[in-house]
Amino acid sequence: MENKYWRSLEERNDPVSFRKNEIRAEYEHKKSVIKGESGSSRRDFLKAFGFTIGGTAILASCKRPVEKAIPYLIKPEEVTPGMANYYASTFYEGNEYCSILVKVRDGRPIKIEGNDLSPVSRKGTSAKVQASVLNLYDDARYKGPLKNNEPVTWENLDKEIVEALNQLNAENSKVVFLTSTVISPTFREVIAGLQATYPNIEWVQYDAVPASGMLTAAKESFGSALIPDYHFDKANVIVSFNADFLGTWLSPVEYTKKYSSGRDLKTGRRMSRHYQLEAHMSVSGANADIRIPMKPSQESSALADLYHELLQLGGTATESGKSGISELATVAKDLWENKGQGIVVSGSNRKEDQLIVNAINHILENNGSTITFDRPLLTRQSTDETMEHFIQELTGGNLGGVIFYEVNPVYDHPGGSRISDALKNVSLSVSLADRPDETSSLCRYIATGSHYLENWGDAEPKKGLYSLMQPVIQPLFDSRQPEETLLRWSGNSIRYYDFLREFWRAELYSRQSAFSDFNSFWNDTLQKGVYEVPAETPGLTYNDQGLSSALQLASPATDNWELVLYETVALGNGKYANNPWLQELPDPMAKISWDNFVSVPVEWAEANGVANESVILVNGIEMPVFVQPGQADKTLAVAIGYGRTEAGKTGNNIGFNVFPLVQVVSGNRQFWLPGVTVETTAKTYPLALSQTHHSMEGRPIAREATFAEWQLNPASGNELREDHIKHATTLYEKPNYPGHHWGLAIDLNACTGCGNCTISCQVENNIPVIGKEQVRNRRIMHWIRIDRYYSGKPQNPNVSFQPVMCQQCDNAPCENVCPVAATPHSDEGLNQMAYNRCVGTRYCLNNCPYRVRRFNWLQFVKNDKFDYHTNSDLGRMVLNPDVTVRSRGVVEKCTFCVQRIQDKKQTAKIEGRPLRDGEIEPACVQSCPSSALVFGDMNDNTSQVFRLIGKTTDPEIPGDPRNYHLLEELHTLPSVGYLTKIRNTNT
Amino acid sequence: MIYKTEIRGPLIQGDKSFSQISREILAPIDAKTPLWWYFAMATSLGMLGFGLYCIYLTLATGIGSWGLNNSIGWGWAIVNFVWWIGIGHAGTAFSIFLLILRQQWRTAINRAAEAMTVVAVMCAGLFPLLHMGRPWLFFYIFPYPNTRGPLWVNFNSPLFWDFVAITAYILISASFWYFGMVPDFATIRDTTKSKIKKAVYGFFAFGWTGSSKEWLRYEGLSFVLGGIAAVLVVSVHSIVSTDFAVGVIPGWHTTIFPPYFVIGAIFSGFAMVLTLVTIMRGAYKMHDFVTDSHIDAVCRVLIFISLIMGTAYMTEIFIAWYSGSIYEYSIIFESRMFGDYAFQFWAMFTANAVIPQLFWFKAVRKRIMIVFLISIIINIGMWFERFNIVITSLSRDYLPANWANYSPSWVEVGIFVGTLGLFTAGVLMFFRYIPMIAISEVKSVAKYNKPQTNHQSGHHE
Repeated sequence: MENKYWRSLEERNDPVSFRKNEIRAEYEHKKSVIKGESGSSRRDFLKAFGFTIGGTAILASCKRPVEKAIPYLIKPEEVTPGMANYYASTFYEGNEYCSILVKVRDGRPIKIEGNDLSPVSRKGTSAKVQASVLNLYDDARYKGPLKNNEPVTWENLDKEIVEALNQLNAENSKVVFLTSTVISPTFREVIAGLQATYPNIEWVQYDAVPASGMLTAAKESFGSALIPDYHFDKANVIVSFNADFLGTWLSPVEYTKKYSSGRDLKTGRRMSRHYQLEAHMSVSGANADIRIPMKPSQESSALADLYHELLQLGGTATESGKSGISELATVAKDLWENKGQGIVVSGSNRKEDQLIVNAINHILENNGSTITFDRPLLTRQSTDETMEHFIQELTGGNLGGVIFYEVNPVYDHPGGSRISDALKNVSLSVSLADRPDETSSLCRYIATGSHYLENWGDAEPKKGLYSLMQPVIQPLFDSRQPEETLLRWSGNSIRYYDFLREFWRAELYSRQSAFSDFNSFWNDTLQKGVYEVPAETPGLTYNDQGLSSALQLASPATDNWELVLYETVALGNGKYANNPWLQELPDPMAKISWDNFVSVPVEWAEANGVANESVILVNGIEMPVFVQPGQADKTLAVAIGYGRTEAGKTGNNIGFNVFPLVQVVSGNRQFWLPGVTVETTAKTYPLALSQTHHSMEGRPIAREATFAEWQLNPASGNELREDHIKHATTLYEKPNYPGHHWGLAIDLNACTGCGNCTISCQVENNIPVIGKEQVRNRRIMHWIRIDRYYSGKPQNPNVSFQPVMCQQCDNAPCENVCPVAATPHSDEGLNQMAYNRCVGTRYCLNNCPYRVRRFNWLQFVKNDKFDYHTNSDLGRMVLNPDVTVRSRGVVEKCTFCVQRIQDKKQTAKIEGRPLRDGEIEPACVQSCPSSALVFGDMNDNTSQVFRLIGKTTDPEIPGDPRNYHLLEELHTLPSVGYLTKIRNTNT
Repeated sequence: MIYKTEIRGPLIQGDKSFSQISREILAPIDAKTPLWWYFAMATSLGMLGFGLYCIYLTLATGIGSWGLNNSIGWGWAIVNFVWWIGIGHAGTAFSIFLLILRQQWRTAINRAAEAMTVVAVMCAGLFPLLHMGRPWLFFYIFPYPNTRGPLWVNFNSPLFWDFVAITAYILISASFWYFGMVPDFATIRDTTKSKIKKAVYGFFAFGWTGSSKEWLRYEGLSFVLGGIAAVLVVSVHSIVSTDFAVGVIPGWHTTIFPPYFVIGAIFSGFAMVLTLVTIMRGAYKMHDFVTDSHIDAVCRVLIFISLIMGTAYMTEIFIAWYSGSIYEYSIIFESRMFGDYAFQFWAMFTANAVIPQLFWFKAVRKRIMIVFLISIIINIGMWFERFNIVITSLSRDYLPANWANYSPSWVEVGIFVGTLGLFTAGVLMFFRYIPMIAISEVKSVAKYNKPQTNHQSGHHE
């Protein structure tokens, strides 16, 4: 039996209540214990207090670094914080010249503008020029002089190099100073001084893309190796054989200005007719009135045919038709009818081709009228012959030293690998580069040069047309401009600035009479940036030396595949590969960023199941495909300038390098290959296309007419406008802008699609670069894009370019759908964006029929995934302080450069005067090389924009008959007007 | 008296007494949680977890983690938003419209439908928030007095209407659902043996005693909330449709959208109710309450709505041609019907306008598996409808240079999967913790077939 135990009498008597009492007692006890523990004592308080104070103190000490804005102790006279200054200067890199104005804000150059005083670039710039400001803030730049990739002081570097040069001189060992074409007369003087000190130094000029054939042909035809002055504005008929003079050939900005002024229907009634014969669809081909596909191997025979056709028209019986291009007869007829008012140019680097071109222009009497010799172009002076000679000497071990300046032959010469091998055996190799490239990285010494915005200098792009280059910022790094360096090595202790002034005093000041003292002459020229001396007619006479053999050599085309190597508008010869803006600029024709690719003809692609992004083997090299309408049959085209390996983190290994494919044929580099093999593969390669649909689908988007139609009725092609105006009706009040009402006219007939505006806008408005993957995702951020449409036959289509930016609709669909009212309308007709207010619903973006709104999909600034200039302190120096840098998640778009409008309004107010027409120029308008964009106040009846697009609020004032608004039928009331494109095709 | 007709059979089967009804409906709450429930719940929470991870990615990196682009600013997020909102329509539509039409058969289903509404609207509500570029500033769309001027919201913007409509809808439908449950919670409180349940359900029962006064107020509140909800059912999706109809984009700018959206919403909602109810019936053996005739009735309704949907589709196609607008024509014919998005269009058309026609056949309506399958197909079809509206219109709008295609990133898909997980988790919670059939209301229809209680039913009107 179980024993019951008890602990006390109470439990024995009443176990239940005992248990209850016991539990209660325990509970009370525990409660008191817990209470006692949790109750804060004085010590606890002190502990907590101490911890809190300590913690607060530590936390407070981890504050963000203070960035001090130190005011000037003594303010420089011309600098007012917050106010921009403009300095005239000169851009000359990669054989491209531009006279520029540099906008400097608080000591930093942040924008390049065109200089309207320049007789060469005439206020125009190119995308490269616009983007060049970012090269100043490139992290890849050399930070100081280097020896064997180790930093050295300038003293040691100078000492060692001078010793080495002296020794080589004593040994009579040859040193070559290899430069690209030098157009600075003062620099030439410096080089002469260097050669005087070291007679063993030979100066060789080399250009990545030469005009060697032209120069040698001109030497034979005219007795002088020069590139004549082409007056595309005066020509009635322009025939270009494969010369992309609007995009990349010789002096595209100058030629675009002239070309568009010869076709300007905004002010004139004259229009040149432009024939383009080419294999690859170039910017010029896209703008041509008549484009004739031609294989590169056909060029010689086509030129010969044209020559013979012209002879026939002149009454001489000859044979023609070797090239098989039947259209040449009409071309010849047109040229013949416009004798003395035509231009025939060829992009060929063969001397023989250029000899025929010279002969054609001679018999057409163009020489002396549309082609003159008083102001020859000096930006390409190298001949391939001297370069070949240099390579022979280098590889033969005959050189004691090489000094490189502005050249990168290891990358951009077909013999690059030979040069790089030979360079290892040269005792003295020096580069004056400011940033690494394939050649400088092989050099023993880097005498680090400066960016052109840090330099003094001058230029003579065309004979007798001078311009000055002035520094707009102290050198950011321990660099020294090459001229200065060479002066030091020559043993000359004069500063280059003084040297420059002395040179100008001696050479130019003495030849003028307008200024009586040098300082005022100098200051005036420096302010204007350009200086002109009267042209001298050189009195060259044509002779047909070499012509007959050239005509004989013109062989008929082959049936093989041919590969064209061309420069792109954005990257040119690849010098700017590390510039993210240019890498992201869509190719004007293909609309592809961040890659080069092989363009293939449409018919072949369809027949062989090849599409965009397929990979084909061309001579065994894998290349991604872009199916290019207009690509001549049996031809392919690839851009040079890609595949850099030592450009910097942005530019390295983008695309592939095709410079090694360039062939040297009878001494001249030939930028096309005959007889290439083509194989298809099953592979694909992603390409970043920012436009994938190429037809207007019959919609009246980019309207056009022919010149003949326009002459009869200037509203031709624009018949819908009247209909739209008639049907425009609304229940709402008409918008009313009592003050200004900003408008923008875009002349589709002038726009060449070059992309200058896109980059200009990107620089001005701090538009982020987003990289290949995001571009491929169709998220490109550009506020102004150029839509490119094809029409007609895919084998040889017509091309229409249409720049599209925010249309600043007065009845904007985006405005009323924003839930937070982040995009209101201003009382000057601007559609504004309040970034602070935007929550990023993207409704506005969806509801914009023009799709010009851009969303910050990701954090593009200060993000390691977008490791471009906005991810480094140096790169961010280029940002425009007048424009907000947008954060992730907000929508942005074109503002008509509202900061510029406000700036000029303030200036006018301070000066107590009304705004002048044309005073305000948005970034896209300012430097447009074809003057296609006109901005102004539509409320000002005298303004140019009023004349062109009228008053958009008043259908009674429709502006120019060519004017229409994009998608006008939606009644969005855009403030942007487009003027129809006119094609002069009536042959 | 309307329901007291001999044409219809009994609304619940099995000649159940009131206590039997309470017992049977409450059985799942009192019973041990079945194993499949844990399994289903784990799966749902797994999906939800993945969705939360995707949401985290979106918030941490930005909308760029989705597949959207400059041309297509709205993608799966908005498709899913509209889809869920549509599903969320069923509960209220069911309760309100059938209440108004005195369709007493609704009583077995309305609770489930309303529960579904609340969960679906919660899922839907996530998307407008998540698809913002800067969701941390979502309060900018509240019209509250502020020191910025004051800066008000844009009362013209359909997105603001959306915000108002959805907020109102979730408040009203959740209240309607909850107040309807109060008597049932009281029943649980009074019958359960678990003290925790007693306490919890007691709390939610709001001190309900079942007095006549309470019933009077209860009916009054139901009437008021029902009245408001009836308006909202029509307004919410009409307003959602204005997100598109107010736009200028071809394919969006359509006056047919408000009724088309409301009908579409009810269609997808009914389909989802059908899906849910067949699962509920099978899993919890509720055949006596959710009878074959219930399923049959919902199927018949679906035929009718499907015909309206088909008419709407045909109208859109006709108007696209008849309007003479090249942009409309291009969207409907060249993009949706015979273009890059033909699959999505025809999937929509077949699933919504063709397949539901099978319900004309009694043989189909009788086979629960087929009914279930068709209900799923309709749900998918309705998803494609929203895809068609949102994405095809944006991808082929006015300027062909802007034409772009869209495919979602896995993050977007993940968020959708997450909301599916949230939805199923919510429904499972509902199955487990809430009487899935409105006991008090079922009792009101159960009386009618019992001769001895005939006179009582007369009182209840």
